[in-house]
Amino acid sequence: MTDLTATAQRSVSHGVFTIERTYPSVTPRRVFDAFATEAGKDAWFSGPDDRWDIVEREFDFRVGGRESLKGKWKTGMVTHFQATYWDIVPGERIVYAYSMHLDDRMISVSLATFEFKPAGSGAKLVMTEQGAFLDGYDDNGSRERGSRELIDKLSVYLEG
Amino acid sequence: MPPPAANLDLTFQALADPTRRGMVERLAQGPASVSELAQPFAMSLPAIVQHLAVLEAGGLVRSEKVGRVRTCRIEPAALSLAERWIDQRRAEWERRFDRLGDHLKQHPQGEPK
Repeated sequence: MTDLTATAQRSVSHGVFTIERTYPSVTPRRVFDAFATEAGKDAWFSGPDDRWDIVEREFDFRVGGRESLKGKWKTGMVTHFQATYWDIVPGERIVYAYSMHLDDRMISVSLATFEFKPAGSGAKLVMTEQGAFLDGYDDNGSRERGSRELIDKLSVYLEG
Repeated sequence: MPPPAANLDLTFQALADPTRRGMVERLAQGPASVSELAQPFAMSLPAIVQHLAVLEAGGLVRSEKVGRVRTCRIEPAALSLAERWIDQRRAEWERRFDRLGDHLKQHPQGEPK
């Protein structure tokens, strides 16, 4: 990519979203632990096993600590999550800032807040993400995936 | 993480018909009920509903029934870049939290040793 096209594609979108989930029959502390331990987090925070391989993992759960998860998809695409923990209240709250890379491109920098609350006999998880989403990755990304899929299909057709 | 790739065969198939292209053009201007969508076409409602099903299978349109009215709109993929972007990031987290739910169900007392 030349500097000229890189400049032409530069953009920032700001977004905020909130997701609420209730998990019955577990305590808020239990949900917190699935964020606070490497084994717990690996059980749900990763790519699908059949389409994704971990190439780098770092997990240092403390204020100022860093987390990194880099994975390579079967399509060849590499995604990289890098976070720094800013606030940890055991059993109640986690705030971290994180960036996402798609191959060599940084696609977003976000602040993620997780709140763990009691809800009846279960737990409520509230996640809020505030992000700067960079350089129209979404469009480029889906176009790229679309093209790859077309090329894959064409290869199968030509070889079959 | 990327979403599952849309089935391009179904998308192209959906767009290979002039009536369906007309319906997409209409919805690009805003949501519409099935009968509003049918209005410009000399076609029965069931025929329009069939075309709608093909558009939905192709990931171009989605519809939602509230009471007796089915409202159709363009899929988020056709929304602005920013909206698509945020939708996608949100969908990633929804998938992760589904997995978290499964994990908590299997191990309600704590992480497996």
